[in-house]
Amino acid sequence: MIQTPNVDWFALAPELSLLAAGAIALIAAVAVPVWMRRAVAATFVFAGFVTAAVFAGYEFSRTPAPQAELADTMYRDRLAAFAAVLLAVTGAVVVFVSWAERHRDNHGEYFALLAAAGAGMIFFVSAGSLLTLFLGLEWFSIALYILVAIDTERATSLEAGLKYLIVGGFGSAVLLFGSALVYGATGELSFDAIAKAGAEGDVFFVAGLAMILAGLMFKVSAAPFHMWTPDVYQGAPTSVTAFMAAATKTAAFVLTLRVLVTAFPGESDIWTIAVAVVAVISLAWGNLAALAQSDVKRLLAYSSISQAGFMLIAVETDTARGGQALLYYLVVYSAMSVGAFAVVAARERELGRPVTLEGLGGFGWERPLYGTAMWVFMLGFAGFPLTGGLFAKFFVFSAAYDAGDWWLVLIGVAATAISLAYYLNVVRWMYMRTGPLPTPGAAVAVGGAPPREYALGLAVWAAIVVTIGSFFVVQPILDLASDAIASLTF
Amino acid sequence: MLSTALIVLPIAGALVVAVLPLTKTATAGLSFLIALGEVALWIVTASRFDFNSSQLQFSTSHEWVQSLGISYTVGFYGFSIWLVGATVVCSAAAIGYALWVGRDRPRAYHALMLGLTGAVVSTFVAQDLLLFYASFEAMLIPLYVLIGVWGGAKRNVATLTFVVYTMAGSLLMLAAVVAFGVTQGTFDLAQAGTSDNVWIFLGFAVAFAIKAPLFPFHGWLPITYREAPVEVAAVLSGIVSKTAVYGFLRIAIPKFPDPVHDLTGLILVLGGAGLVYGSVLAFRTSDLRGIVAYSSMAQMGLITLGLFSVNDYGLDGAVLQSVNHALITTSMFLLVGMVERRCGTGELGHLGGMARGRPVLATVLMVAGMITLAVPGSATFAGEFLIMTGVYGKGWGYAVIVALGVVLAAMYALRLISAVLHVRTGSAVRDEALDLRVGELALVVPMVACLLVLSAWPALVTESSFGGDKGSQVLTQRFR
Repeated sequence: MIQTPNVDWFALAPELSLLAAGAIALIAAVAVPVWMRRAVAATFVFAGFVTAAVFAGYEFSRTPAPQAELADTMYRDRLAAFAAVLLAVTGAVVVFVSWAERHRDNHGEYFALLAAAGAGMIFFVSAGSLLTLFLGLEWFSIALYILVAIDTERATSLEAGLKYLIVGGFGSAVLLFGSALVYGATGELSFDAIAKAGAEGDVFFVAGLAMILAGLMFKVSAAPFHMWTPDVYQGAPTSVTAFMAAATKTAAFVLTLRVLVTAFPGESDIWTIAVAVVAVISLAWGNLAALAQSDVKRLLAYSSISQAGFMLIAVETDTARGGQALLYYLVVYSAMSVGAFAVVAARERELGRPVTLEGLGGFGWERPLYGTAMWVFMLGFAGFPLTGGLFAKFFVFSAAYDAGDWWLVLIGVAATAISLAYYLNVVRWMYMRTGPLPTPGAAVAVGGAPPREYALGLAVWAAIVVTIGSFFVVQPILDLASDAIASLTF
Repeated sequence: MLSTALIVLPIAGALVVAVLPLTKTATAGLSFLIALGEVALWIVTASRFDFNSSQLQFSTSHEWVQSLGISYTVGFYGFSIWLVGATVVCSAAAIGYALWVGRDRPRAYHALMLGLTGAVVSTFVAQDLLLFYASFEAMLIPLYVLIGVWGGAKRNVATLTFVVYTMAGSLLMLAAVVAFGVTQGTFDLAQAGTSDNVWIFLGFAVAFAIKAPLFPFHGWLPITYREAPVEVAAVLSGIVSKTAVYGFLRIAIPKFPDPVHDLTGLILVLGGAGLVYGSVLAFRTSDLRGIVAYSSMAQMGLITLGLFSVNDYGLDGAVLQSVNHALITTSMFLLVGMVERRCGTGELGHLGGMARGRPVLATVLMVAGMITLAVPGSATFAGEFLIMTGVYGKGWGYAVIVALGVVLAAMYALRLISAVLHVRTGSAVRDEALDLRVGELALVVPMVACLLVLSAWPALVTESSFGGDKGSQVLTQRFR
C-alpha cells in the first residue's frame, strides 16, 4: 500500500485554475471556428490568470504562518502567495499585450502555453524541496522554449528558441547536478531538512550550493550567466519577451531568495559573497553592453541584466529588509518591463520590422501616450522620482547600507549613473531628432494610419499606473512585502 | 495646506495644459495665467506668514513610508518664503516670454515649464530628506527635455554635459541620503540629528556645488546656458541654482557641524576662486549669454562665501543676494533673448549702438546692468556688503576677494552695456530692429521694480529670513 500525502487543494488552486484555462485554450485550438479562436483562448486564459490572482490573494490572507504541504515538498506561505499574485497579474497584462499579435495561426496554442508557463512559475515559487524546484523550473522553462520559437515563420524566433533551449538546458543540468551533490552530502531533499542536516563545510555540499546558485542565476539572467538573454529577448515575439522579462525574473528571484535563506543559512558567509560578486559583474557588464546597443529589445535585455544586478544586491544582504526591498523592486520592475516591451511591440507593428533606436525617431510626438509611457518606464528603470523606480533603488541601497555593505551602494550608484546614458538615449531618440534626417523611408511607418489597439493601450496604462502609483503608495506595498518576507527566517 | 497648494497648482496646471487640445496661443496663455495664479497664491502665503517667528509655518505632514521614517513634510521658514517668491515671479516671467515668442509644440513645452516650477517650489519647502531628493531630482526631467528639444544647434552636447554633471551630483547625494537617513533612523529633517561623517557631507556638498554651480564643478554651465532656450537658461540660473542655496542652508551646514568646521576654509577658498574666475571669464567672453552665465557662476561663489561664513551678516546677505540674483539674472537673460531676437546673434562683435532710437531698451538694460554691477544703493550692493561683512569674520582676505569681485562685476556689466547700447552700430543691428514692445516690458519691468523695492528696503528680506532669531542661531541650534 503506497502512502499518499494529504493534498491541500486550496494551496494548489492558482496552478489548477491556470491549467484548466490552458486546457480550454488548447481545446479551443481545434474545436472552435478560426475566426473566434483568438477571442476564446485569450478570454479563458485571461480569466485563468485573474482567478489565479484571486486565489493567491485569498491564500495570502488565510495563511498567516507558513505551512509545509505535500510531504514537505512545497510551501504554502505568504511569500509564495505574494509572488503568485504578482506573476498572475503580469500574465493577465501580457494577455492584453499578446492580443494584438494578429498575424498568427496558433492563438490557441500560444495562450495555452502562456497559461502553462504561468502555472509552472507559480508552482516554482512555492517549491519546498530540490525535487519540486527542478520540476517547477522545467515546467515553465519548456513552456517558454516553445513560446520563444512560436513565430515559426521568422528565422530569428526559431534561432532564439534553439539558443534558449540549449543554454537553458545547460543551466538546468547544472542545477540538477548541484541538487544531486547536496542530496549526496545531506541525504535530504526538502529545504528545511537540508538546513538541519548540518553539512556545513562539506566540499560536496558547498559545490552543490554553488551549482544550484549558478543554475538559478541563468534564470535571473545575471552576468556572467546571461549569454542567452540578449539573443532570446531580441528574437522572441515581443509579447513573450515582455512575459519572460517580468515573470521569469520574479519567479527566479523569489525562489533564489527562498532556497538560499531556507536551505543554506549555515553557508550564508559564502553565498552572500558569491551573490555580491555576481551582482557587481551584472551591473558592470549589463550597463556597459547596453551602451553599445542599437536594437531596442537588445538594449532592454542588457538593461534587465543590470536590473538583476540591483536585485541581487538586495538578496546579498541576507536580511528581512533586503527581502522586502527585493519584492518591492520586483513589483515595480515587472510593471516597467512589461510596459516597455508593450511600447516596443506597438512600434514594431507600425514599422513592420524590428525596432532600432533610429526606428524610434519622432515616435514620442506621433504617439503621445506610448511616448510618455516609454519615458516613464525609462526614467523608472533609471530610478527617477515620480516612479516607483526611485524607491526600488532606494530600498535596495538602504538595505545594503544597513547590512554594512556601503561599497555596494557606491557601485550601485555608479551603475545608475552609467545606465542613464542609454535610458535617456531612448528618450532622446523619441523626442529629439537632430542632425541630418535619417535616410528617406528608414523610419517611416509602413503606411496608413497606425493601427488602433485598445488592448495594448490598456496594458500600457496598467503598467503606467503601477509604475507611478508605487511612488505614492509605498507603505501598503512594503507592508505586504514585509508580511511575505516574514515567512522566511533570517 | 498653502504649501501643498503651491506645489500642486503648477503640477496640476501642467497636466491640464498637456491634455487640453487648445490652439498655440491659448495653450501658452493658459499656462501664463496659471503661472500668475501661482504668484497670487504666493502673495496670499506671504501675507499670512508670521515673519516674527522662526518656526516652521504652513506645515503639512503625511506619512509616506512609515517603516523607514519617510514622510511628506512641507512648510515654510522665512527664507523659504523669499526663495519661493523669487521662483514664482521668475518662472511666470519665463513662461510669459515663451508665450511672447510663441514656442513650438506649446502643450509639451508649457507642461514641462509648469512641472519644473512645481518641482522647484517643492524643493524649497521640503522638510523631509527624501522628498527633498525626489524634488531635486525631478527638476532634471523637464530641464533635460526643454534643453534637448527646444535648444540651440548644439543641444545634444549640451544636454549630455548637463545630465552627466547633475546626475553625478544627484547620485552622490542619493548615496549620502541613504547613509544619513539609515544611520539617523528618520528622514524627517526636524527630527534627524547631526552627523560627523565627512563623506556623507561631501556627498551633499558636491551635489549642491554642481547644481549651483561652484568652481570647479561648473563645466556644464557655459554650453548649457548658451544652448538652452533663453527663458530656460533664465530659470536655470535664476531659480534652479538656488536649490543649492536651500540645500546648504537646511541640510549641509546645520546637519554636519564638524565637517563644516573642518572644511570651511576649503569651501571659502573655492567660493572666492569661483567669484574671481567667473568674473574674469564674464569679462573675457565674447557673447551676451556667456557674460550672464559666467556672472551667474561668480554670484553663486559669492553667495557660498556668505553661507559658509555661518554668521548673521553672511547668512542674511546670502538669502538677500539669492533673491536679488534670481531676479536680476532672469531679467538679464530675457533682455539678452530680446536683443538676440532683434539681431539674430549674441556675439558682442556684431552688436552695438542699439541705444540710438531705442530709448526704452537702453533705459531698461542700463537699470538692470547697474543693479548687476551692484551700484551703491542697489539691492545687490546691500547683499554684497552683508556678505563681505560676514565673511570678514572668517578672515580679512576673503573680504578683499569679495571687494575684488565687486570691481570685476562693474567691469563685465559695463562691458555688456556698452557693447550692446553704445560704440558704433554693429553689423547685426538693423535700423528696423524695434525698441522694446509693451509685452516685453510687461515681463521685465515687474522684476526690475521688485529689485528697486528691495534696493530701497533690503531689510524686507534680511530682517525676516530667519524670523526673530539670528541666522546663525537658527542654523547652529534649531536646525540641528
